[in-house]
Amino acid sequence: MPETVLTTVPAGWAALAGIVLCTLAFFAAALDSALSARAEGAGRGGWLAPAWSTARLLRQRRRTVVAADTLLLRVGAAGMLVGSFLMVAVIPLGRWTLADLDVGVVWFNTVDVMVWALVWLAGWGANSVHGLVGGYRFLAHGLAYELPLMFALVAPAIAAGSLRVGDAAGAQDRLWFVVWMPVAFVIFLVGVTGFSVWGPFAAALGADVAGGVLAELSGVDRLVMQAGRYAFLAAGAAFSVPLFLGGGAGPFLPEWAWVAVKTVAVLAVLVWLRRKLPVFRPDRFLEIGWVVLLPAAVAQDLVVSLVVVWKG
Amino acid sequence: MVAAIVFWGLAVVAVAAGVAVFVVDSMARATYALAVSFIAVGALIILLQQSYLGVITILMMVMEMAVMAVYMVMFMGMNPALMPMDMTHGKKTAIGASTGVFVLLASGALLIPWPERRGVPPEDLTNALGLEIMGEKMLVMAVVGPVMVATIVAGVVLAAGRTRYDRLGDDLRRRPADDPQPGGIGR
Repeated sequence: MPETVLTTVPAGWAALAGIVLCTLAFFAAALDSALSARAEGAGRGGWLAPAWSTARLLRQRRRTVVAADTLLLRVGAAGMLVGSFLMVAVIPLGRWTLADLDVGVVWFNTVDVMVWALVWLAGWGANSVHGLVGGYRFLAHGLAYELPLMFALVAPAIAAGSLRVGDAAGAQDRLWFVVWMPVAFVIFLVGVTGFSVWGPFAAALGADVAGGVLAELSGVDRLVMQAGRYAFLAAGAAFSVPLFLGGGAGPFLPEWAWVAVKTVAVLAVLVWLRRKLPVFRPDRFLEIGWVVLLPAAVAQDLVVSLVVVWKG
Repeated sequence: MVAAIVFWGLAVVAVAAGVAVFVVDSMARATYALAVSFIAVGALIILLQQSYLGVITILMMVMEMAVMAVYMVMFMGMNPALMPMDMTHGKKTAIGASTGVFVLLASGALLIPWPERRGVPPEDLTNALGLEIMGEKMLVMAVVGPVMVATIVAGVVLAAGRTRYDRLGDDLRRRPADDPQPGGIGR
């Protein structure tokens, strides 16, 4: 296996990583509202809409329902934003990384499992039937996407012979993993959309349950929860770059620029897809996850293992 | 020094969250207090340089608590999810037993002559620990895995009220199957 030289930067750079993540999350939100504006025939506007709603939510007074479990509600809402920051800690930006964890892939998986708890807590804590229904819907989606996602994460780890994210990026100097493990890549993106409660997996926030988990969230709580969703989407897109898309590999530009370009491209596709796909009903998607996605992911792992053994 | 402070901090969080499980009056809080306790224990394992075991402990326990909260709320009598509740019952026996066990374990930990370290820690601690625990028993474990899965499947089949004859008819030829819950791939 080729050795990758990653420089672990001092912890102070975490602030820059946070700013980059927030920028990406804002880009995702702006792109989404611009696409919405165009779809509604409102012309070219919409790019700044997330900034206005941020300002509005920042000065909005929180409202609450009787006997709401405020602690759990706030842990759930704020946890989404915090979790996405924990996720980017192990993603290398070209040669630099904040934490060169020897189990980086498992770390990513652990953080995305946290979302199970966070979304349910936000739904439960509001003491509202809509929030609770939303929380349960998310857990049902989670049961369907999480295991395929775990097995999809296994494929690059087997090929790289390491759970270190930098090693996975370094193992793709000849052929990107996305080329010979496309099934794992697609299932990974399904998982990213899932834990970002995005697009097809937004049933937990559905209009048919009055906004679901978001129904009773207001002010800053609503802001951090929504920002957390976009930040998770951005972090998931960024994680696909070292795992499947060759990391910083590419001509002309420096490595960090390639990571940024690829991240923005994947993120834009994920945002664009929201308008193209229907929301998956949790009860129906459960069967798709276990009967279609999970066997497909295991078969992909088998193919990758055979290739690795064959190549010695 | 820093490691000692982090260790004690995490240890206090683990124990305090564990106590909170029995103090709080809400099922959701009790469940997630337990999750916090486990997260602190996972971080302690990371502190022992067993990154894989530590991170995987956190992953498993958070996932488990998320599912457990659903079942606790669903199955517990007296609907404690919706009204204040008490996690303790049989208090005298429980306090006696737990105090006894704590004294036994704590005195054991304090009084036992701990061995001196011989040699140096191996390069890859997780790998070494895995070999030490599993080692020659790997074949047994590899066989036990499928047996456990088969047991789970058999248990679910035996517990399920509906059989394949309910789904597919007496001659097993009905298509699509008659399911109370429609699936996503139209079987």
